Amino acid sequence: MLRVAKQPMLRIERVSAGYGGFQALFDVSLEVQAGESVAVIGPNGAGKTTLLRLISKLIEPTRGELTFDGASLAPLPAHEVVARGIAHVPENRRLFPRLTAEENLRMGAFTSRRQYRERLDQVYGLFPRLKEKRHQPAGTMSGGEQQMCAIGRALMSGPKLLLLDEPSAGLAPVVVQSIFDLVRRICAQGYTVLIVEQNIRQVLKVVSRAYLLDAGRIVQSGSADELRAAPEIQKAYLGL
Amino acid sequence: MTEVFDIFLLEAVLNGLLLGGLLALLSLGLNLVFGVIDVVWICYAELIMCGMYAVYYLHVQYHWPLALAMLAAIAVVALLGLILHVFVIKPVLSAEPINQLLVTGGVLFFLQAAATLAFGIEFKNLGVTLPSVRLGEMSFSGARLIAFGVALAGMVALWIFLSRSYLGTAIRAISQDRQIMPLMGVDPARIFSLTSALGGGLAGLAACLLVLQYDIHPAIGLSFGPIVFLICVLGGLGNMLGGFIAAFVFAQFIAVGGFFFAIEWGYVIAFAFFIAVMFWRPRGILSR
Repeated sequence: MLRVAKQPMLRIERVSAGYGGFQALFDVSLEVQAGESVAVIGPNGAGKTTLLRLISKLIEPTRGELTFDGASLAPLPAHEVVARGIAHVPENRRLFPRLTAEENLRMGAFTSRRQYRERLDQVYGLFPRLKEKRHQPAGTMSGGEQQMCAIGRALMSGPKLLLLDEPSAGLAPVVVQSIFDLVRRICAQGYTVLIVEQNIRQVLKVVSRAYLLDAGRIVQSGSADELRAAPEIQKAYLGL
Repeated sequence: MTEVFDIFLLEAVLNGLLLGGLLALLSLGLNLVFGVIDVVWICYAELIMCGMYAVYYLHVQYHWPLALAMLAAIAVVALLGLILHVFVIKPVLSAEPINQLLVTGGVLFFLQAAATLAFGIEFKNLGVTLPSVRLGEMSFSGARLIAFGVALAGMVALWIFLSRSYLGTAIRAISQDRQIMPLMGVDPARIFSLTSALGGGLAGLAACLLVLQYDIHPAIGLSFGPIVFLICVLGGLGNMLGGFIAAFVFAQFIAVGGFFFAIEWGYVIAFAFFIAVMFWRPRGILSR
């Protein structure tokens, strides 16, 4: 596996976090290099969504340090994170259901209005289906279209790092395949991607590296091939 | 005989239309604030009362030109809306809805009492009389025609702002999913403040239109506040289109009901209609 010596784009160092009395993450460390596509895999309730919510500052860590592009994320309020170059596609897509597809995309460009036209063309180039449906309320689109719209909305900010939270969740099996194909294309376009998934078999085909998160702790990490071959993952998660 | 009857009925219907435009504008600010922040400004009509006093004092006492006094009054009430949000609504934002109602209800009586203290209880008026417009045998108040035109223009301007601009889109988006707004780079607190100032500005605009037609006194809010609130509920609280339709329906009941019986009967019929609708559709004609 290619190791780059320079500092990573995203560095998470010994971070713990939780909600009220419940601790969701224990001492988690993780790195993402520029241009890389990395997955955090693990079962439901492992703390994957919490990890992404930490990176976009929707919640604060109780301990530990998050660094993006060499600068600490600690002093930033959540609404300033996207301008730094981190776009987050949240769990369950969370589109604005009564706004049209295009208005949802416009919200994604809230902090970078000057590039709106140019990026809208890029997103429509990537998802021609969205262009057909652009005047339709997002809540009336199919699950797959909604996921495209949610990813498109995140890309509208022109992010350096794209966070994807369970993009395949709740979609029909045939749509799941097309969403993973899309993620692969986005990675191939040079976006840096950190993806969180329960669909371990599929996501390991798309990313280059992965971390296994279980009960709030990173229990294993390595290249996608290494993890796929690891006996404990085969047994517990891939059902082999 | 029948012809005369018809022409006066038409006059009543048209007057109802004019009243509907004004009521639609009145309901707009309240609906906007509720739709976005989920809090009912029970004291909305009292903000309008403050705006009416602002126009009166700037124009009559300080001799500002009327147009300038009105623009200043809009700015004053917009500021009041912002102050109301920051000092009264924000602290109770996560409290029970009943507490929010009570606290803005408290502001209602506070403003009424403070206005009595500051301005006295005597009726004041601008002393401006606009000529009425005659159309055949029908006659319409000039002030009402202006109010109708400005109200429509204000609503169209707001609609363009909400549907075309980034901030307007954010205002519509935040009522659909408040939690993820930061992921769009939007500070929800800033949108709430902006919406409150906008709601106040709409109350200020309404004040400018009302002051042309009615005398000002500290309790004037009570004469139209409940109607505006009921119109919002009738249309579906927080639904601006519903409020718009409800305003015209309600105004027709007042105008036409008043034509067939007596003015006072118009209100009785309109409120009876409201109660009936609440049985039929408790969440309003167009609930969100």
